[in-house]
Amino acid sequence: MSAKTIKFIITRQDSPETAPYQEEFELSYRPNMNVISALMEIRRNPVNAKGEATTPITWEMNCLEEVCGACSMVINGKPRQSCTALVDKLEQPIRLEPMKTFPVVRDLAVDRSRMFDALKRVKAWIPIDGTYDLGPGPRMPETKRQWAYELSKCMTCGVCLEACPNVNSKSDFIGPAPLSQVRLFNAHPTGAMNKEERLNAIMTDGGLASCGNSQNCVQSCPKGIPLTTSIAALNRDTTFQAFKNFFGSDRV
Amino acid sequence: MAGSRNFNTRRLHSLLGVIPVGLFLIEHLVVNYFATKGAASFDNAADFMGNLPFRYLLEAFVIFIPLYFHAIYGLYITFTAKNNASRYGYFRNWMFLLQRVTGVITLIYVSWHVWETRIAAAFGAEVNYQMMADILSSPFMVAFYLIGVLSAVFHFSNGLWSFFVSWGLTVSPRSQRVSTYVTMGVFVALAIVSVRTIFAFI
Ligand code: HEM
Ligand code: SF4
Ligand code: SF4
Ligand code: FES
Repeated sequence: MSAKTIKFIITRQDSPETAPYQEEFELSYRPNMNVISALMEIRRNPVNAKGEATTPITWEMNCLEEVCGACSMVINGKPRQSCTALVDKLEQPIRLEPMKTFPVVRDLAVDRSRMFDALKRVKAWIPIDGTYDLGPGPRMPETKRQWAYELSKCMTCGVCLEACPNVNSKSDFIGPAPLSQVRLFNAHPTGAMNKEERLNAIMTDGGLASCGNSQNCVQSCPKGIPLTTSIAALNRDTTFQAFKNFFGSDRV
Repeated sequence: MAGSRNFNTRRLHSLLGVIPVGLFLIEHLVVNYFATKGAASFDNAADFMGNLPFRYLLEAFVIFIPLYFHAIYGLYITFTAKNNASRYGYFRNWMFLLQRVTGVITLIYVSWHVWETRIAAAFGAEVNYQMMADILSSPFMVAFYLIGVLSAVFHFSNGLWSFFVSWGLTVSPRSQRVSTYVTMGVFVALAIVSVRTIFAFI
């Protein structure tokens, strides 16, 4: 047997109500492992570092190529996707924790419902349904489409909320991800027709104004989404919107 | 506009930080700079400011009400953050933390400073060069004044940076970077003015 092993320290929690605890695991090394393949290894043989039989670890995953966002967890202190966290590039022991900004379901699995609720709250979609065929919408210039594509890469993974100092249990801030989606849908030629509704939605409590410009989000987003540029642009849009709301406007 | 109270309050907080409180801070530092030109110069300037018409109205609406609104709401903002600069040690995150720390120091310092000068004046003391020279005759008070004034100046300068973001004036990363250099220039300039003024009383 080869002597080389990899060591994990995993923060576990049996149910949403019970207290978290740490459990250590030691696996024999294989090249090119990622955190998920290591977790699968533990699932095949759920024995901890002390040699005791234990329960397999619960986590979420789906795409395995960093596009779904389901497998996010805190790895060695930083929130990121476990499917693209390569063991060879991580410092040992590898520490895995759930993203505590969200309610823990079990072990490393968290409930990101608040993000989907926020997307509903800010109307992050383009309403096109009608009782008859409305025909084709306005065209989007190709350069703008390429720009919008970058914003559309958001996978609601929650990393930016985990990194944001203003998203926590003392605050009702919805976080940067849904704000940036407002920018995306407001930039779409058809989506722009409902621009004011979305701006008014992010001007409510826990919305845009709760950002304190720490810019952790833009540093942390795995998709490189320009979150703070979106926030600043929305700050500009809502400045105008606030004046329009207060004084009225001749433009509909 | 239903439900946008938090938005409006936050924008008001941001605006008041610059207009009028930030402008008052600059005015105050500039007038006090007369101290570097001698006691008579300073007393002259202090006399002029102290005898402005509508002084109490001006003080209430340009200084105290906006300052304490900004300060109290600022405390609320400060304590709803969960600072994490040790885990996410990015430059802007440190500035975010410093903005909050210097805000709290400024509040303590300004309250003490107002007590020592304006409230004392209400009880008959005269606010002049001699009063400040007496206060600053203790090395402890010199340190307290240096920390307090530099905190206020930093808080204003870095606050100016985030004010530009909060109102959507600086949007692109480049404009925000340039704004960092400019506002840090403002910090250095105001720091020189205020430190020279403090030492003019010693
Ligand atoms: C000399 C007096 C002061 C001046 C000139 C001043 C100025 C400013 C400015 C210009 C901003 C930026 C606003 C923005 O982000 O849009 C700001 C933000 C802030 N100030 Fe002050 N301030 C003063 C005193 C205080 C005090 C006493 C506190 C109390 C703790 C405080 C707490 C805060 C906080 C927490 C922020 C961040 C707001 C946010 O993230 O939205 N400030 N201040
Ligand atoms: S903006 Fe980035 S970090 Fe935030 S949820 Fe979307 S993909 Fe994740
Ligand atoms: S810039 Fe705003 S949204 Fe982004 S991490 Fe900082 S406080 Fe949160
Ligand atoms: S499994 Fe989809 S992002 Fe990792």
